[in-house]
Amino acid sequence: MRALKALPALMRVGFVESLAYRAEMIVWVFATTMPLVMMVLWTAVAEAVPVVGGGGKAWGSTAFIAYFLCVFTVRQLISAWACWEMNYEVRQGTLAMRLLRPIHPILTYAVGNLAALPLRAGVTLPVVVLLLLTQAREHLTRDWRVWALFPFALFGGWLITFFANVAIGSLSLFMESSVKLMEVWLAAFFVFSGYLFPLDLFPDWLSAIARWLPFRYQIGLPVELMTGVHTLESALPLLLQQWAWAGALVVLALSVWSFGLRRFQAYGG
Amino acid sequence: MIEVRNLTKHYRVHKRPPGLAAAVKSLFKREYTTVKAVDGITFAIKPGERVGFLGPNGAGKTTTLKTLAGLLHPSSGEVRVDGHVPQKREAEYLKKIMLVMGQKQQLLWDLPPAETFELNRAIYDVPRPDFVRRMKELSELLELGDLVNKPTRQLSLGERMKCELAAALVHGPKVLFLDEPTIGLDVSMQVVMRDFIRRYNETTGATLILTSHYMDDVAALCPRVIVIDKGTLSFDGALDVLVKQVRPDKRVTLRFSQPVTLEQVTPLGQVVRCEGAQAVLQVSHDQVNAVVGRALASLPVVDLNVENPPLEEVMSELFSRSRATREQAA
Ligand SMILES: Nc1ncnc2c1ncn2[C@@H]1O[C@H](COP(=O)(O)OP(=O)(O)OP(=O)(O)O)[C@@H](O)[C@H]1O
Ligand SMILES: [Mg+2]
Repeated sequence: MRALKALPALMRVGFVESLAYRAEMIVWVFATTMPLVMMVLWTAVAEAVPVVGGGGKAWGSTAFIAYFLCVFTVRQLISAWACWEMNYEVRQGTLAMRLLRPIHPILTYAVGNLAALPLRAGVTLPVVVLLLLTQAREHLTRDWRVWALFPFALFGGWLITFFANVAIGSLSLFMESSVKLMEVWLAAFFVFSGYLFPLDLFPDWLSAIARWLPFRYQIGLPVELMTGVHTLESALPLLLQQWAWAGALVVLALSVWSFGLRRFQAYGG
Repeated sequence: MIEVRNLTKHYRVHKRPPGLAAAVKSLFKREYTTVKAVDGITFAIKPGERVGFLGPNGAGKTTTLKTLAGLLHPSSGEVRVDGHVPQKREAEYLKKIMLVMGQKQQLLWDLPPAETFELNRAIYDVPRPDFVRRMKELSELLELGDLVNKPTRQLSLGERMKCELAAALVHGPKVLFLDEPTIGLDVSMQVVMRDFIRRYNETTGATLILTSHYMDDVAALCPRVIVIDKGTLSFDGALDVLVKQVRPDKRVTLRFSQPVTLEQVTPLGQVVRCEGAQAVLQVSHDQVNAVVGRALASLPVVDLNVENPPLEEVMSELFSRSRATREQAA
């Protein structure tokens, strides 16, 4: 597998590039502080009136603190932006340069996106993890078996994010731009992933819908694992469902991509 | 090595007239037009050849190269390069070729070129000793020196193009497609690039297709040229044959010991220029001997020179001629 041999070099370049784009990263970190804003909002609500979730769970203010700090952490670790890169590169014609290389372009996007995560995580996570441990420790699960599942849930969430990006990004090979479509996806993501409010607070019919959409498996599931909503037994089927979504999106993304390549116009020159 | 049969590439473009109303209308009903960028061309190139693609702007040269490099799927026709079908983009194929576009770059913008070289080494799986040897060679020939350690964005156009070319050759491609590799470079840098490209072909036996609007590039590098115009092939053969075909006449430059008048020179043939003690005549090549003889007999000639008309002129005549034929046909 030659592609695998090239991974360390791709990783390294991706990481060095992320250092070169430090300023952009700061902007990104600010752009993802939404959960912290929601945290302030919801703790205020919880202090004024009792908040009760679907299963009768009482959401006190520390529960919200724990929840949104976890959301923030997970969002940092599952992020991907290949859709924007693809749109830009199709329009600029620089996608041609990726296509000339004997390595699958989707793999290079994946590595590029992953390689930027350590720096982001390194900057934001220490603070958040410290806060979690000091302020809301009692809301984190103590079951080590659930913690063992957590990395898989996190990676599953990343796969869904990334391949949704690739599927929508590949549409830019057909249309002038698929960025607007990505924004629609993102809007749905904000509502149904648990990013802005815990799905537990949805009315039953809405949370039933959320359970069938992919978004919950990006943020909601990993956060639920962290905050002790699940036991190993209840988590496993959900993890399976998450990976089924990931698989479906891989297939979808690859087919849109290969159809799109036939239409690729290789602008410029 | 390269075989192209009846290749066509038609782009479907979304027609969008100016104006808000039209933009809104196009939301609901899109109108498309077809651009026949390449419209049925056939040629074959043997291993180790250096071939120049010539043609006016928009002729379809870049489109043809992109198809050969596997970036574009042909609308119809057949393309084979070293036994591969380019648009399948098999890794084995991509390892054999490279497309260098003067306008597009592969160097990582914010990192020094050395990073791109190293990345390409890994991606193309070039053994370390080969890589070191090749980089040393490239760096000497192209005089890269310290450039490779400066961030790409800080390099001048010419410096960047040299590094770009080096990055393209890390894996030692057997087939090299060069799309205007000398665009925007100063004259001496053009010479450096040209010499380098020629040397790469001679030492590695790589096959080379080059497009350029600088006729010096083509004259220096390409024994064979293919002329493409409006997506069709209008000439395929040696450059001097093309020149003879378009302009079957020579330039005769005469220098005299004292100024002469236009009336004295006119009887000799068609006068291109006549100033003071120098005159330039245009003479069909079978007439050259006779004209020179008459000039020597009748005028105080101290020096004379017979050469082909400048290539630039030949090309502009060729292109304007084909434009005229098209307009007639239309
Ligand atoms: N991606 C594209 N979509 C639509 N039309 C295109 C596209 N690329 C090129 N064309 C059209 O196809 C024709 C051929 O373009 P091409 O780039 O192959 O010309 P060229 O011979 O390389 O010209 P130049 O010397 O200016 O580089 C032109 O009329 C151009 O407008
Ligand atoms: Mg061109």
